[in-house]
Amino acid sequence: MKLNNLLDALFPAGHTVTVTDQTLTGTATTAAGPVTVLGTMDGAAISHDIALRLADCILQTIESAPGRPLVFLVDTSGQALSRQQELLCLNGSLAHLAQCVDLARRQGHASVSLVNEQAVSGGFLSFGLMVDRTYALADAQVRVMDLKAMARVTKIAHERLMELASNSPIFAPGAESYRRMGAIEAIWEAPSAQLLETALVELAKGAGLADQRMTVGLARGGRYLAADVTAAVLAAD
Amino acid sequence: MNATNGFTPGHSYFEATARQRLQQILDAGSFREFLAPETVEVSPHLAALDLPGAFDDGVIIGAASLGGRRVLVAAQEGRFMGGSVGEIHGAKIVGLLRRAVAERPDAVLLLVDSGGVRLHEANAGLIAISEIMRAVLTVRAAGVPVLALVGGSCGAFGGMGIVAKLCSAILISEEGRLALSGPEVIETVMGVEEFDSKDRALVWRVTGGKHRYLMGDCAELVEDDSAAFRLGALEYLDTHGEPEPSLFTLRAVQQHLSDRMVRFGAYRDGLEVWADLGVAQPQQVPLLDRDSLVALKKGLPA
Amino acid sequence: MEKLEFKFPSQPGKISPITALCGVVGSGNLEILVRTGSDADVCEVSIKTSARGFGEIWQAVLTDFAEHNPAGGTRIFINDMGATPAVVSLRLGQALTEYLGVAQ
Repeated sequence: MKLNNLLDALFPAGHTVTVTDQTLTGTATTAAGPVTVLGTMDGAAISHDIALRLADCILQTIESAPGRPLVFLVDTSGQALSRQQELLCLNGSLAHLAQCVDLARRQGHASVSLVNEQAVSGGFLSFGLMVDRTYALADAQVRVMDLKAMARVTKIAHERLMELASNSPIFAPGAESYRRMGAIEAIWEAPSAQLLETALVELAKGAGLADQRMTVGLARGGRYLAADVTAAVLAAD
Repeated sequence: MNATNGFTPGHSYFEATARQRLQQILDAGSFREFLAPETVEVSPHLAALDLPGAFDDGVIIGAASLGGRRVLVAAQEGRFMGGSVGEIHGAKIVGLLRRAVAERPDAVLLLVDSGGVRLHEANAGLIAISEIMRAVLTVRAAGVPVLALVGGSCGAFGGMGIVAKLCSAILISEEGRLALSGPEVIETVMGVEEFDSKDRALVWRVTGGKHRYLMGDCAELVEDDSAAFRLGALEYLDTHGEPEPSLFTLRAVQQHLSDRMVRFGAYRDGLEVWADLGVAQPQQVPLLDRDSLVALKKGLPA
Repeated sequence: MEKLEFKFPSQPGKISPITALCGVVGSGNLEILVRTGSDADVCEVSIKTSARGFGEIWQAVLTDFAEHNPAGGTRIFINDMGATPAVVSLRLGQALTEYLGVAQ
């Protein structure tokens, strides 16, 4: 989907978003009030520069617009794969970005992300999964790694992984697996101003402050161990 | 054996198993395990792939004392599936961190030894790491410091590299490695010219403990000895509180990271970075012992 | 993966209050858990191993272990990733010593 079509569909009342090096930053108007819009496009591989640009946009919002929600548009193929990037501790810049999202939450900024094309591993962790609520468009790709690469690394036959993926959200790439496991709140058939507004209104009441993903994953039958294990740790003598 | 730097060398941290590390670092006899073997299921996801699991799913969690302080601790076992985070493994760490929010111990120690997500449980592992990330920050916001100790054979990579950097501080040994993508992954995708993962010296110059310490990405460099990790953790807790999360702090980090991109962003080897930092003989850095390297860092221009 | 179950007669050992755990499920290695079993004259062993087709070798190694050690009254669980018989014997000895050690 073209960026402008996506923005028009989500923010029919208006948006001002600029793109620099696959990074979006700007503002938009919603029925729930003004929001900061930020994120990545064209399958961006998250680099130091992208992480820092997003982090700066979050910090600016906290500084200049107390309480204004953050709407992340996620399209990332993962982290930048380069020696140069790793030399300067890329995990540190991604952690900084994640910490900025977390600070925004603590300072009263609701946050949502919408995966519109793809979301992969480290790039997804650093902001798409750090928000109060993550959503995805129906045709979005969400994964750690595709099954062919997974077969190569784990030395398990691709056919066997395909078979397992067909009945277990643990292996199967795709937004629906993440929905069943509680990490994606809901899948949207199409970008929708109405659905976004509903999400923002709910979050404005504090719905996203606690991390409920395990409980949701259990209720949806996609992740049936984690919630019990965590509860057992809390109850252990 | 001579005592150096206030600790008596005894056990290589790198060589030890996760259970041995706990015995060696914590106050003797103080460790009380949560979800001991047989009280929790062995990963059914691995069984579905026809693989034997481990009783603790590769991470040991519990309560202990450290120099008399109450701590909660998790130790990943790098020898079991690369210390990777699967559903049970991740949920144990999340549970420990949530318990820390409720109990407010003096600190949480994460003995990280992990390549990140367990690909055999890929989606569950990724989500678990996201939950760990949020939980670490919640523990810190409750005023409880979270220390990452990195010195095992798997280092801290992938999502666990991000988790380590979300902690209050990282203590690392020269043998420890900290990064996002493993050199093997970069080599496989981008080619051997980009990163030759078999060039061990290069891998250490890019991801190793000395480089991370010189750059300030890790708070302390310690000897590869469990007693040194113990002492390092005690010294850190003696001298640092856990500040409230603040805009001021993250603005300062933002400035620091941006400045260093400008200054070092074009380099591809630790040798170039160290020269720019003012190290007169950067090629000597890999040969320096821990104390000499710490002295060298303290003497660098601010 | 292969699952194996064995029972061996063995000289009764002391009943220990602890569960002993030795080793790590890593390449060429295994973990062994020893706890109190139900029958004082029997050592009961359950194995999960990544290497198929080695049942006879397991039986030989474990028979030898049960004959030469007071392993009666223990229940043993093993998770294995292709350990050699020598490593298995070593770890069995360590795990039993740890289990019995506390009772002394």
